[in-house]
Amino acid sequence: MKNLNGIRALVAVALGMALSAIPAAAKKLNVVTSTSDLASLAMEVGGDRINIDSIAKGYQDPHFVEAKPSFLLKLKQADVLLVVGLELEIGWLPPLITQSGNPRVQVGGQGYLDASQFAEIMEIPSGPVSRAMGDVHPLGNPHYWLDPANGRRIARGIANKLGELDPSDASYFQERFKDFDRRLSDAEKKWDAEMLPYRGRKVVTYHNSATNFAKHFGLNVVGYVEPRPGIPPTPGHTIELMGLMKRDKIKVILVEPYFDLKTPNSIAHETGGRVIVFLPSVGGEKEVTDYFKLFDYDIALLTKAFQETN
Amino acid sequence: MKHLIFAVTLATLTSTAMWGQQATAGDTAALEQKFRDMEDRIIALEGQVRALKAAAAQAQPAPVATPEIATEQAPLASGTAPAETSATSSSSALARPINLGGASNAGKALNPDLSVIGDFIGVAGHNSISPSPALEMHESEIGLQAVIDPYARGDFFLSFGEKGVNVEEGFITFTALPAGFTARVGKMRSAFGKVNMMHNHVLPFVDRPLVSNSLTGGEDGIDDAGFSIEHILPAPKGIFLDVTAQLFRGDSGSGDQLVFQSHRKSDVSTVEHLRAYKDLTESTNLDIGLSYARGHNELGSAFLTQLYGVDATVHWKPLRRAIYHSFVGRSEFIWSQRQQLPVEQRAFGFYTSGEYQLGRRWFVGGRYDLSDRSRFANQTDKGGSAILTYWPSEFSQIRTQYRYTKYAENIGAHEVLFQVLFSLGAHGAHPF
Repeated sequence: MKNLNGIRALVAVALGMALSAIPAAAKKLNVVTSTSDLASLAMEVGGDRINIDSIAKGYQDPHFVEAKPSFLLKLKQADVLLVVGLELEIGWLPPLITQSGNPRVQVGGQGYLDASQFAEIMEIPSGPVSRAMGDVHPLGNPHYWLDPANGRRIARGIANKLGELDPSDASYFQERFKDFDRRLSDAEKKWDAEMLPYRGRKVVTYHNSATNFAKHFGLNVVGYVEPRPGIPPTPGHTIELMGLMKRDKIKVILVEPYFDLKTPNSIAHETGGRVIVFLPSVGGEKEVTDYFKLFDYDIALLTKAFQETN
Repeated sequence: MKHLIFAVTLATLTSTAMWGQQATAGDTAALEQKFRDMEDRIIALEGQVRALKAAAAQAQPAPVATPEIATEQAPLASGTAPAETSATSSSSALARPINLGGASNAGKALNPDLSVIGDFIGVAGHNSISPSPALEMHESEIGLQAVIDPYARGDFFLSFGEKGVNVEEGFITFTALPAGFTARVGKMRSAFGKVNMMHNHVLPFVDRPLVSNSLTGGEDGIDDAGFSIEHILPAPKGIFLDVTAQLFRGDSGSGDQLVFQSHRKSDVSTVEHLRAYKDLTESTNLDIGLSYARGHNELGSAFLTQLYGVDATVHWKPLRRAIYHSFVGRSEFIWSQRQQLPVEQRAFGFYTSGEYQLGRRWFVGGRYDLSDRSRFANQTDKGGSAILTYWPSEFSQIRTQYRYTKYAENIGAHEVLFQVLFSLGAHGAHPF
């Protein structure tokens, strides 16, 4: 029976695969995060008792990450997978999780942690949602980490999770969280003071990713370069936006690093405004290496722009 | 649920506020801290409500899943601050959702993700060898996808032609196997090369390359019922090495495009695929595959068809401008060895294609095709295509393709293909 050869080959391959699988019993928890911000927060509480790796780069649009197989290598080893949730990663993370063959990080698995459960979520649609509204997130705005208060809440959630998975280090993680909390509170006072003169300022953003940031620092986001979330700028909408900016004397346009600057620049030119490349994530620029530096960078940028466009 | 939280919070806040009136100025900081803690607790509760709503929706109509519910809730409870004793105790009350007015969204949440993809094709031009209809609702693909239980997920893709339905794929994937194995059982597109795995709506061109049509079963491809196991092998230097082994009944393709046919139960077919992938830089990567397929053809159990494939893909996508520019270059080489009378036919075919993204909504592409015919290996067809695609949004595409084919009979065909693809609902992302 010739076909037996095929079956034999199959069995041989299967055996080979079984033998090649070495169970990894690492002492440190391997934490993989979908974004660099979550990685920074996990690092704050995990310290040297965890290994940390993140998938999306800080200068990359987190909605559109390619589900590269190299990410599977990270996920395969992960004890904890930390995600932003609210369907931010829906376009790329689910197939990676399925293919990882790692039961710990499957949705609902012990190591799967959706950080949105800890955070204050804004813009949860109350009515029916349709794609005529663009690429809306039916569960609420997923760019919630840009509020230091949410950063603290997420860090606490991570510390609890790590402690649950590694009880012998639980007190270490709690200590680290307390220290982070203290440092964040100090930094927050500084940031709040720096932003105080500009409370109530009206700004325009490219995508609606600054909602939580604006809430914390009292900015007023009155328009978007995108006519609808995820829809590229249209001439009609751009003209409308320029009208609004002139009427309300809005001078500052915040653009995420992954969007084309052509339309924002022409709007700024027309309205006498200023385009600033605002970082929504850690790692958006080389020097922005952690959660604290992210706010330092953005606030320095904003206060400078506000001063200059007084 | 929200009312309950509100009432509890209001009561606590009022008492705090009354206490605050008697407080001295020195206590302001403590008071502020207390307010902050309170706010944190409200937000933690809101998060719990969101998670519980989702968990309740998952758990409600599945009484067999009770033990899993307990484990699912455990991480939620642990996610709240340690001091929140009142919050955790009230969560047990929240865990039993009260249904007002009968039908609830919770029931709907249990439904699988449902998507429909429409694929409309129009063809102009004359082709006497392989004619296509002028206007056609080529395919309506219905996707039903959901997590089955903590151990598996299920995916169904039913493709409706204008007449007739075909289970294009319908399989369960076991995601929680030991030692990093992933297994699939059901009907699936086999892992032979790249194009064979692709559904019509993710093809970079309107049509499939000539080599697919001539050697690997065309649109239906090597798509059969059976088992598949996949495993990621350890490899050095950040190389992703993955092996897939599949065993099928042995029936793939039909008519002129028949690849495998089973005449008795032991006429199974197998497909093996080895894939190596490496990130060359953060924006460029290389993906190489080797494939082998073996089965019996329509002439009988004694007649074997064996296929060998090599595929190579280069992707380029600069991360900072990922939504504006990208390039994919791809080639597949396929050799077919088909036992038939009077002599075995050894055919070869390949395609090489490139697609470049010009801007957020525009893509251009080109493809060169060459393939022998599997049953008459001395007859070779050649062709070339150029395509322009416009994406109004992520959920629709409009494309025009010019195709020239020079058939072995020395007949040339100039055709223009026009396609509209549109997607409704939540279609799960496709593997890279």
